[in-house]
Amino acid sequence: MELTFYIAAAVAVLATIMVITRYNMIHALLYLVVSFLAVAVVFLTMGAPFMAALEVIVYAGAIVVLIIFVIMMLSLTREDVEQEKAWLQPKLWVGPALLSFVLLAELVYLLVIAEMPATPATGGYVDARAVGLALYGPYVLGVQLSGILLMAGIVGAYHLGRQKKKVIHRFLQEKEPQKERSAVL
Amino acid sequence: MTTIPMEYGLLLAGMLFMLGLISVLIRRNIIFMLISVEIMLNAAGLAFIVAGSHWAQPDGQIMFIFILTMAAAEVSVGLALILQIYHQLKTLNSDAANFMKG
Repeated sequence: MELTFYIAAAVAVLATIMVITRYNMIHALLYLVVSFLAVAVVFLTMGAPFMAALEVIVYAGAIVVLIIFVIMMLSLTREDVEQEKAWLQPKLWVGPALLSFVLLAELVYLLVIAEMPATPATGGYVDARAVGLALYGPYVLGVQLSGILLMAGIVGAYHLGRQKKKVIHRFLQEKEPQKERSAVL
Repeated sequence: MTTIPMEYGLLLAGMLFMLGLISVLIRRNIIFMLISVEIMLNAAGLAFIVAGSHWAQPDGQIMFIFILTMAAAEVSVGLALILQIYHQLKTLNSDAANFMKG
């Protein structure tokens, strides 16, 4: 059980180093997903299975996909088919695949030995029930503040991401061809 | 029952945080800087999980949920800002925005 912690920690550090040394953003995001998955395995060995699931869903799922969408929106004109073909070479995806295979082996190992109640490597095992009871008991004010924060995030993202339509009066718009015509005359 | 010392978990969180901080300092691409901020937030959440696991209390995991919420809101607003900067400046280099001396 403790060996899985050390392997997952090594995978997390290695993948993070690969993230910050890549030049291509998509390659960096591949390693970023592996880093988040490794941290999720660390959460599992720490006795926090609900947080491991949330890490996979929110970080490795939602946030990384959001960043990928924005990258695709920004660099749509520069990348062509040749670039796309060059990205699919095996040497680009074999690194993240190898690291995530290590994590898969750890997950299978943890599932196999988990016939007894899970024995976390450190301290105690805190399940989702205790987290939920505490979250909606003493921490309910924090939940409401999180709701306000998310509302502000939605409004802010909509306001900032909206493309402002440039309004030009029609006389000003036709100024250019009129000037050419007067120059011709 | 074999146990992992709490220091190792905190050491892992510290290493991930330092990697994110180094990446913020050495990178000039603004999307890479956003990714590095995500790495640092994740490391901070890992530290909360380690501490909560050490004392077997749910408070650390609740703090991680709050950090997760904050990270989701932050990345959405940050990506909207990146889109605006790209449409204004036609580049992702953060040094190109140095005329905004406020």
